[in-house]
Amino acid sequence: MVGIVVVSHSERAAEGIVEVAAEMGGDARIEAVGSDPDGGIGTSMDAIRESIEAADDGGGVVVLVDLGSAVMNAEIAIEEAAVEADAGIADAPVLEGAVNAAVEATSESATVESVVEAAAEAREYRKL
Amino acid sequence: MADAETEREALLAAIANVADRLAAEREYLTDLDSAIGDADHGTNMDRGFEAALEQAESTDGDAAAIVKTVGTALVSAVGGASGPLYGGSIMSASAELEEGIAPETTVAFAEAYLEKVQDRGDAQVGAKTMVDALVPAVHTYKRSIEVDDLPPVEALRKAADAAERGVAFTVPLRAKKGRASYLGWRSVGHRDPGATSTLLIVEELLATAEEFLDEVDGGSDATAPTEPDIGADDAETENGDAVGEEGE
Repeated sequence: MVGIVVVSHSERAAEGIVEVAAEMGGDARIEAVGSDPDGGIGTSMDAIRESIEAADDGGGVVVLVDLGSAVMNAEIAIEEAAVEADAGIADAPVLEGAVNAAVEATSESATVESVVEAAAEAREYRKL
Repeated sequence: MADAETEREALLAAIANVADRLAAEREYLTDLDSAIGDADHGTNMDRGFEAALEQAESTDGDAAAIVKTVGTALVSAVGGASGPLYGGSIMSASAELEEGIAPETTVAFAEAYLEKVQDRGDAQVGAKTMVDALVPAVHTYKRSIEVDDLPPVEALRKAADAAERGVAFTVPLRAKKGRASYLGWRSVGHRDPGATSTLLIVEELLATAEEFLDEVDGGSDATAPTEPDIGADDAETENGDAVGEEGE
């Protein structure tokens, strides 16, 4: 199964997003990771890498990110992670993208590519 | 070219100089960042280079391995975007130093570092980022070494001057990248923190180079770094070492 990692500058925000996404995609493998190495607002490359490794069961991993350093640290974490299969970042709003990704990840034919695509479709969601 | 011990000594001196300078300027960088960012740049850079120095000192490898350790430490210890930008780019560029430290390998290192920063951060000159100091510094260094055939210390001095003008250039700009871009026009009128820390680092590399290099011999060595004659060996050694940290 394709695993999902949600990265936010706040660990609590990441956990909350995972909580929302898990309601729609209950069987998906989703990891929440956030905060800088000291627990403040920010991101930690090492923590993201560990989450990617934890989310991977051989089927690949899709990473959802919020701002600036989350994107860059996720890129480096993917390069550094000991993941055999694909890992990719979804260019998507983090919460809506995580919901879409969780739903797609539970389908039998899901691939890293299809989960990234599903997450990216969340860019089209309009609020008004 | 350089004997490994001198190379290591100069590298560690450069990293220590950068760490000391960033510790001394911590409040200043944080003040700059509190004006247009999230007020953590000084703390992050200080913490990052403190970790980098500690880890570099306990690394046994060659120049490339020491520099890669600096990058790894920055990525792990810096919470903000500076971690992946500085650290990730140093990690990638360190491969250019595998053949040892010489004028041409340091130019290659600087160029690889710049390319990775721009690629990772997706920033061009004028977006009010570290790129505004880095592009003129790297281009000036390359030209000074490859076209003007200047001694490495002089090339680094010109690079520092170029970086300083680059920092001044960020003041009237509206930020297009990073946290400051959320402020829109309110980012105008402030010096960019990342461009400023880039300048501080280049200045400390210059200070290290001045400490370790003979400027006159440096020029002649620059043209034949891999086949030094015996008399020039010392100067060459020191020469390559100190310049090697360009881009950190």
